Amino acid sequence: MKIAVTSTGGSLDALVSEKFGRCQYFLIVDSDTMKFEAVSNLGEQMQNNAGPKAAELIINKGAEVLLSGHVGDKAENTLRKAGIKIVNGFTGNEKVKDALNNYLKTKEN
Amino acid sequence: MTISVASGKGGTGKTTVAASLASVIPQSVYIDCDVEEPNGHLMLQPKFTLEESVNKLLPEIDYNKCDFCGKCIEVCEFNALINLKFEILLFAEMCHSCGACEYFCPQNAITEIPKELGKLRSGITENGIKFYDGLLNIGEATAVPLIRKVKAKIDNEKINIIDSPPGTSCSMVETVKNSDFCLLVTESTPFGLNDLKLAIDVVKNINVPFGVVINKYDETFEEMENYLTENQIEVMLRIPFDRKIAEAYSNGILPVNNSDKIRREFIGLIATIKKKIKSNVTQMTQKKQIFAD
Repeated sequence: MKIAVTSTGGSLDALVSEKFGRCQYFLIVDSDTMKFEAVSNLGEQMQNNAGPKAAELIINKGAEVLLSGHVGDKAENTLRKAGIKIVNGFTGNEKVKDALNNYLKTKEN
Repeated sequence: MTISVASGKGGTGKTTVAASLASVIPQSVYIDCDVEEPNGHLMLQPKFTLEESVNKLLPEIDYNKCDFCGKCIEVCEFNALINLKFEILLFAEMCHSCGACEYFCPQNAITEIPKELGKLRSGITENGIKFYDGLLNIGEATAVPLIRKVKAKIDNEKINIIDSPPGTSCSMVETVKNSDFCLLVTESTPFGLNDLKLAIDVVKNINVPFGVVINKYDETFEEMENYLTENQIEVMLRIPFDRKIAEAYSNGILPVNNSDKIRREFIGLIATIKKKIKSNVTQMTQKKQIFAD
């Protein structure tokens, strides 16, 4: 399963970004192999509608789950249309890999 | 002849000044371009005679033709379209009706459909002032297309007073540009001064001659006086910070209808502006002639 995580850097050791539409990177991680693709977010500089544009990117990358801090209304509606599960509330203090492991653990239980 | 009234900071008295000017000019035309919050009608009390819809064009997608190639998304400067690969989502409030998506769609799957953006109201006051204002629908991101429609009511045979939205962004620029003169209304406060400087930058950039009106005038606010003296900016009118003016205003009475002194000052103000516009026109013609020679 592909999981998208908003990140402040291009590796699994980077901290999670609390921002969605204006985060620096999206990490698209395959949860079975932990292999990932880092995509820099053009939305960081966009004047408007960065959230839905970010949602579009994640949808087109084939992610099924999104881990982030906070997702705005317009982005949320866009993601829901495509059936993507949103897991909110991650803080900028944890690493991407820890956030992933935590999510996968809670999912197992 | 078109005189716009702008401010930078909100709440300095644009509408008070604009409506007062319109009231002292026989057969004037009052145009309220503050379409997000028009309030000129509260002071001038026109009888509305007509209300028209103003539309903007939005793309509609024919899914029998669309193959989700994404060209429309690529050409949209405003991120108004999102490609879900099974649906093209439109964020209508972001759309600027530029038509690029329709023009570039390889499948001809896009048609532009009109959608109401706001209303344009026309009316006339008891004293014969022709009154126009725009009323933007809630949630619309840009007021510019509606402002253009309202400004189309300018009557070049008459004196037009345009009430501008506050601020110095697109809607203020659209309102003030091509005016013969712009009155910048400020107040004797640090906020008033800060935003006056921004507004002066704008009108200089778009080459509109301007003058300053200080409302709620307080001579002890020295920063304002220093700035105006240093930059040789003329103050065309000072309206005192006076409880009587505020009380009358709260009852919908303009200062020009409450005080003979202020009325005379506004009549003087309009005469000065007319002179300035005439001398500008003469200068421009002279320049043109020199250029032609």
